[in-house]
Amino acid sequence: MTILTRRTALKLGAAGFMLTIASQLALGQDGPLKIGFVNVGPKDDNGWTYGHWVAAQALEEEFGDAIEITFVESVPEGPDCERVLRELAQQGNKIIFATSFGFGDYVIKVAREFPDVIFEHATGYQRSENVGTYNARFHEGRAVMGTLAGHLSQTKNIGYIGSFPIPEVVMGINAFTLAARKINPEITVNVVWLSSWHDPAKEADAARALIDQGADIIVQHTDGPAALQVAEERGIIGGFGQGADMSAFAPKSHLSAIIDVWAPHYIQVIKDVQAGTWVSDDSWPGIAAGEVVIGPYNEKIPADVVAAAEAVKAGIVDGSVNPFTGPIVDNAGTERVPAGQTIDDAGLWAMDWYVEGVKA
Amino acid sequence: MNPDLLIPIIITLVGASTPILIAGLGELVVEKSGVLNLGVEGMMLIGAVVAFAVTYTTGNHWLAILCAALAATAASMIFAFLTLTLSASQVATGLALTIFGTGFSALFGQAYTGKPIAIFDSVFPDELENHPFWRVVFDHSPLVFFSLFMVVAVWWFLNKSRAGLILRAVGENDFSAHSIGYSVIKVRYAAVAFGGAMAGIAGSCFPLLLTPQWAERLTAGRGWIALALVVFAAWRPFRLLAGAYLFGLVMTIEVYTKASGSMGLFPSEFWAALPYLATIIVLVLISLRRSGNSAAPACLGKPFMPGQ
Repeated sequence: MTILTRRTALKLGAAGFMLTIASQLALGQDGPLKIGFVNVGPKDDNGWTYGHWVAAQALEEEFGDAIEITFVESVPEGPDCERVLRELAQQGNKIIFATSFGFGDYVIKVAREFPDVIFEHATGYQRSENVGTYNARFHEGRAVMGTLAGHLSQTKNIGYIGSFPIPEVVMGINAFTLAARKINPEITVNVVWLSSWHDPAKEADAARALIDQGADIIVQHTDGPAALQVAEERGIIGGFGQGADMSAFAPKSHLSAIIDVWAPHYIQVIKDVQAGTWVSDDSWPGIAAGEVVIGPYNEKIPADVVAAAEAVKAGIVDGSVNPFTGPIVDNAGTERVPAGQTIDDAGLWAMDWYVEGVKA
Repeated sequence: MNPDLLIPIIITLVGASTPILIAGLGELVVEKSGVLNLGVEGMMLIGAVVAFAVTYTTGNHWLAILCAALAATAASMIFAFLTLTLSASQVATGLALTIFGTGFSALFGQAYTGKPIAIFDSVFPDELENHPFWRVVFDHSPLVFFSLFMVVAVWWFLNKSRAGLILRAVGENDFSAHSIGYSVIKVRYAAVAFGGAMAGIAGSCFPLLLTPQWAERLTAGRGWIALALVVFAAWRPFRLLAGAYLFGLVMTIEVYTKASGSMGLFPSEFWAALPYLATIIVLVLISLRRSGNSAAPACLGKPFMPGQ
């Protein structure tokens, strides 16, 4: 049995606290495989970073004393993260997971200096010999949420709180809007960009602003439950958990959730590294692989609406439904995808336009 | 923008302004006594986590605010001991207090993550709170009325009371105040304690008024805005009120404009930068008018060492 001790071991200046989980019984002949995590938010954000924290704990459970994890929280997406990455590499971490988009350039730079350290960058697009990327097809989950919203919205006005207009977030907005408008073509989606992943007070104010202007469903692509709590307080139809099940914060308004499950990917990476078979590639599984999980449906949602959402989910799993199937027209009126065609992965990663119905 | 939105916008902007106003009033008194405490953000986080914990445990919002004030005051006393008794650098100690508060609140808050509490809502009857027009006055948390009362109270204290005059004398010329028999150190201890209590109450606004959850770094830098506001307000309580509401207005207009889907010519980054742009413009206007004569207390940030 592994005894876990969590202690705030090292402080990296303004980067915040470093949380070390050390297996006390560890240290075999070669010592444990050291693994570092660099995160943009605190592990207690109730969302994105929390998902990685849960996966890190799953790794502990899976590999026990064979690994030793250092989990660094609240590292800004800027030059500071370069220092944290380098420090982790110098401390002997052999695999470093950088879990936010904005770390990308710095990961590539530091990876060049440490060719025998393996870097894995979440939601990124730049790879090199020792840098792989991984992501999850969250937009598949967004399509399921959009189906629910299309059936449930009465004002046909849906508010969407976004962090930064990067492809991952834009994809989510578009997949959500396409699915919602497939049910009800009159729906419009108003996007509020916050330029932050973690500012709960501002997320709440954005939700208030959207609801005051007629939105009856709020979607958020920031890392916490603040918007859902406002939805609950105002008694609108509801919103969705992002990254984790957030129903504790909004029992009446939490319609469903997109839950990130990173453990399968992390376990695979470590097995590959242990076996010496790791190669740099891009891992991008979705609902079918169990990395994107749809949370429980709120009991107030009618059974036929749940069935419609489940049908979309089943279609995505068996491949009969692609969230980005043409005809797709952008919000300036240009046809982007002809009828019957879909967008390939490269096209998704280059997405810098919004579908019809999005006001952003 | 739709005129019906005016009242919701005012209610939202008052909420957004309240924590920076309360924290700013506390720091204003601290700075008037000649002490610069850069630990506002840290003390606010301590106040926020304690307020959350007490509300979660007891359900009593008033007790939560009291405990938040006491906890942040305790933290401010560490700062006071180091800077006033031991004459450590105020800038370095204040920054350390912010880092301490951030870490302490994260550690203490671990047990409270993922748990909801009830918001500290208006205490007026429902007819007033939900009235289409009068809710602009009544649909506010008691914390909002506290902040407005404190503007008047701090103004009266600094300008009309004997104790306030002594505090200002200590901040303007510590040696003179010392030579006529006032205890500079004791006055500054009291000012720092007041600043700590106010920062704690300001922190309690986050879980009690704005977003009823605990998350690390919940205040997201509002403590620094409060510090800037004190300079912005030229150390005057009513100007601080105006400045806090101006900041709240800009932050609120930003989200409402974006939410209307009609931000038109300007990209979202412009709206996010607007509060800071407004700060620069107002600071330039103030400095043009005053032509070089600074409003800052003369002894601000200087340690008092009468033995030398």
